[in-house]
Amino acid sequence: MHPIISISKLSKTYATGQQALRNVDLEIRRGEIFGLLGPNGAGKTTLIGAVCGIVRPSAGSVSVGGHDIVREWRAARTLIGLVPQELTNNAFDSVLGTVRFSRGLFGKPPDPARLQQVLEELSLWERRDSRVMTLSGGMKRRMLIAKALAHDPQVLFLDEPTAGVDVELRQGMWQAVRRLREAGVTIILTTHYIEEAELVADRIGVINHGEIVVVDDKAALMQRLGRKQLTLELQAPLDALPPALAARGLALAAGGRELVYSYDAQAEASGIADLLGELEQTGVGFRDLRTTQSSLEDIFVDLVRQRR
Amino acid sequence: MNLHAIRAIYLYEMARTGRTLLQSVVAPVVTTSLYFIVFGAAIGTRIAEIEGVVYGAFIVPGLIMLMLLTQSVSNASFGIFMPRFTGTFYEILSAPVSAFEIVVGYVGAAATKSVILGLIILATAGLFVPLRIAHPGWMLGLLVLTAVTFSLLGFIIGIWAEGFEQLQFVPLLVITPLTFLGGTFYSIDVLPPAWQTVTLFNPVVYLVSAFRWSFYGIADVQVGASLAVTLAFLAAGLAAAWWIFRTGYRLKA
Repeated sequence: MHPIISISKLSKTYATGQQALRNVDLEIRRGEIFGLLGPNGAGKTTLIGAVCGIVRPSAGSVSVGGHDIVREWRAARTLIGLVPQELTNNAFDSVLGTVRFSRGLFGKPPDPARLQQVLEELSLWERRDSRVMTLSGGMKRRMLIAKALAHDPQVLFLDEPTAGVDVELRQGMWQAVRRLREAGVTIILTTHYIEEAELVADRIGVINHGEIVVVDDKAALMQRLGRKQLTLELQAPLDALPPALAARGLALAAGGRELVYSYDAQAEASGIADLLGELEQTGVGFRDLRTTQSSLEDIFVDLVRQRR
Repeated sequence: MNLHAIRAIYLYEMARTGRTLLQSVVAPVVTTSLYFIVFGAAIGTRIAEIEGVVYGAFIVPGLIMLMLLTQSVSNASFGIFMPRFTGTFYEILSAPVSAFEIVVGYVGAAATKSVILGLIILATAGLFVPLRIAHPGWMLGLLVLTAVTFSLLGFIIGIWAEGFEQLQFVPLLVITPLTFLGGTFYSIDVLPPAWQTVTLFNPVVYLVSAFRWSFYGIADVQVGASLAVTLAFLAAGLAAAWWIFRTGYRLKA
């Protein structure tokens, strides 16, 4: 299947000399939820801005739905909806008025029924005549999503969509995102809440210092870069590791009351069976054990630290 | 051509006028009416006729032009500055809408408001001073042409401005003095020859002169010259707007 967005050798250097993007190559698959992660200033918003026509790339090319964003900018932009990071709004407008404006701006004829549907899906229909300035932060965020959806885009960029949104609304928002995906909309989201990306994204891309560090299916990424740990709760605390155990790369934790063994979950042999035998031989008893796996956040932090 | 986008921008801007009716319409009409009352009905009766036109009526075209210029610049500059100021301009930049369509939407709305305002002021003037319009077609044409030209100037100022002070700078400190010194209240014939020459460098002289000609058939400069200056101004504005969108000046990083 052809990707819906193809980014090739994209670079952006601002007038200040700051290089925000460096030779970015990225493909977004049609119908997926793609999580774009990166620390502050990594280039996420610049990348989104370049695809959407807000930032002028210094080099490289981008196509959306097969349309080059420079040569066929009109066709490309028609396919895109953007929810910006900032809660920007026209404070004195009505909710319905501002959503109607967005639909027209993207070249779609008036369609009151469709706008009603969009506002109802985002629980804003009851507030359609309210001035934007009277909405809560969560409502304003949903209104921005409604504006982005008003012209029925095929690609939706959500730049930090849940920032400042309470837990309940956040869950509702992710449900709405999943419904959009089911309707065939491709979603690219950035978020600081990495557990959210872990929850909803199909694929993950990590950007740091303007470079794409890794792109992979979420499950494959977590399996490939994630680590597993076996923690053994000892019957009696140890002052130091017996030499035989130290050679296996074990570590003492919790004041000598726990032994921690890190292993590669993908390896053919985890070494756990050998380890348990070794413990028996050395007379180190344990009364409980548990395993843990790296979260996406752990992987993200590791990747970003490695490239500092 | 994205006609839906032009319509959306135009209607949005016109709706903004509706929300600010006091500031957008009532205030300029009342202000201008005060001129008619003071200079027309009160002081005007003691001032001699100018080229056969009573003074109160003589100043009407100039005053309409003063309001037309300042309101065109203010409306258009505010219309484009506010989305930049609030950050909502991202939507315009990311939409499938060309520079030309953006200009038509914003400038079209600002010019429409100014023309409506000009006509209201004209009707109001008729209540205070004796008016006649010798060339109504030309009067309307000049009204529209000037409104479009100065709305375009306002649009450019709205993109150039980085704050509210800069936004007010041109209407208050450039347009208003030029209009007052551009023959609104007098014929430039009354000036000494040297000052007459200096005055001809003021573009507003040409606008006021042509507009007054459409009312009373009298002009300080030839109507053809006035038209040429106005069209040249419009062409310069269009070129500036084209350059702004081509380079992304103050719009795109």
